[in-house]
Amino acid sequence: MSSASKALAPALLLTVCAISQVYAEALRPFEIEGDAIPRSLTGAPGDAARGAAIVGNRQLGLCVLCHGGPFAEPRMQGNLAPDLTGVGDRLSAGQLRLRMVDGSKINQDTIMPSYYRTDGLERVAPRFRDRTILSAEEIEDVVAYLAGLRN
Amino acid sequence: MEAAVRPAWIGLALAVLVAAVAVQPSPAQETVRPIAPQDRLSGSAFMSAEARALQADDASNPAMLWVKDGEDIWARKTGVAERSCADCHGEAGASMKGVAARYPAFDPASQKPVTLDQRINICRTINQKAEPFAPESQPALAIASYVGLQSRGMPITPPDDKRLKPFLEAGRSLFGLRQGQLNLSCANCHDALWGGKLGGSPIPQAHPTGYPIYRLEWQGIGSLQRRLRNCMTGVRAEPFAPNSIEFTEIELYLAERAKGMTVETPAIRP
Repeated sequence: MSSASKALAPALLLTVCAISQVYAEALRPFEIEGDAIPRSLTGAPGDAARGAAIVGNRQLGLCVLCHGGPFAEPRMQGNLAPDLTGVGDRLSAGQLRLRMVDGSKINQDTIMPSYYRTDGLERVAPRFRDRTILSAEEIEDVVAYLAGLRN
Repeated sequence: MEAAVRPAWIGLALAVLVAAVAVQPSPAQETVRPIAPQDRLSGSAFMSAEARALQADDASNPAMLWVKDGEDIWARKTGVAERSCADCHGEAGASMKGVAARYPAFDPASQKPVTLDQRINICRTINQKAEPFAPESQPALAIASYVGLQSRGMPITPPDDKRLKPFLEAGRSLFGLRQGQLNLSCANCHDALWGGKLGGSPIPQAHPTGYPIYRLEWQGIGSLQRRLRNCMTGVRAEPFAPNSIEFTEIELYLAERAKGMTVETPAIRP
């Protein structure tokens, strides 16, 4: 390593830290009221059709790994968490939103991952570090879809 | 009289409250109840009848191909010392009986616990003066399968060695540590939710009864550390390095947790 690049290394490191800091802080602010986040994270309603696709995608939404529900391939669904059939009758959009954003706010022992949180996690793999599981837009899409699941 | 009693009563109540707060587990290290010994089940109990039949028949168990390779390695002279395993240890059927069931064990030279794979490499380096096998390489898995087979049917018997205790406790903590972007511990699934279905597949109890295993998903044989790495990747955590002390500590805790269960090596798993 040249002396110039040696001198640059700390500056580069600081820049990288600053960027990831910005990324971490890019989380949209939200307010919890009771057991809900009443307002949309994006300020706009989500798209239920896109939400259905996210829930059905085992690599993106991950939902069906633990939850059953009125989705494709019932035999590939998990049963570790409540069935989502008719969940729109039981929970409001705001309640669904908090359960996705950070379910540990309701039950700290929950196995439900926090889909919109980057802090308080251990040994996160580099490619997922400082990233949320879903984006604010994706969460709103899923909320729109789930809120519409009625018996 | 009543006024004089009240402060003491309040003091006691406060003390009880403080004690209750003090024993609250930290968020990352919650209390998941371990599986009671009589409820323990090997991974084979969660498999299909076809997979169990494959494991039960040595003529059809594909892992036996690695065992055969391991038998050859056992007999082959190697290294600067031009010495085979058999030159020192003789018949593996006698000398290696029950050995795999006792690992990880304490290594006085390094003052640390070592896994069976590491022990084999220590023997290669010191006694055969040969290169250590790379983790997860064909010869490493072959010799481990062959040595492991010599304990088949025997109970897992972790050494009662107090030098292992701090490492065992570290392993117990790691098992309960929530990790990765999905923020799940080993215990979350394998102590609390075994028997449940994750994406359609049953969650086993995570007992190291059959390693190295031939895993149908891998279409090949792999070590316990490879399996642990799969789970860590699954929860989007950064896996520990191969042969790291953390993996050895987890292996120690798993052996303790499975104490008395029967060795099935080389096992089939889905």
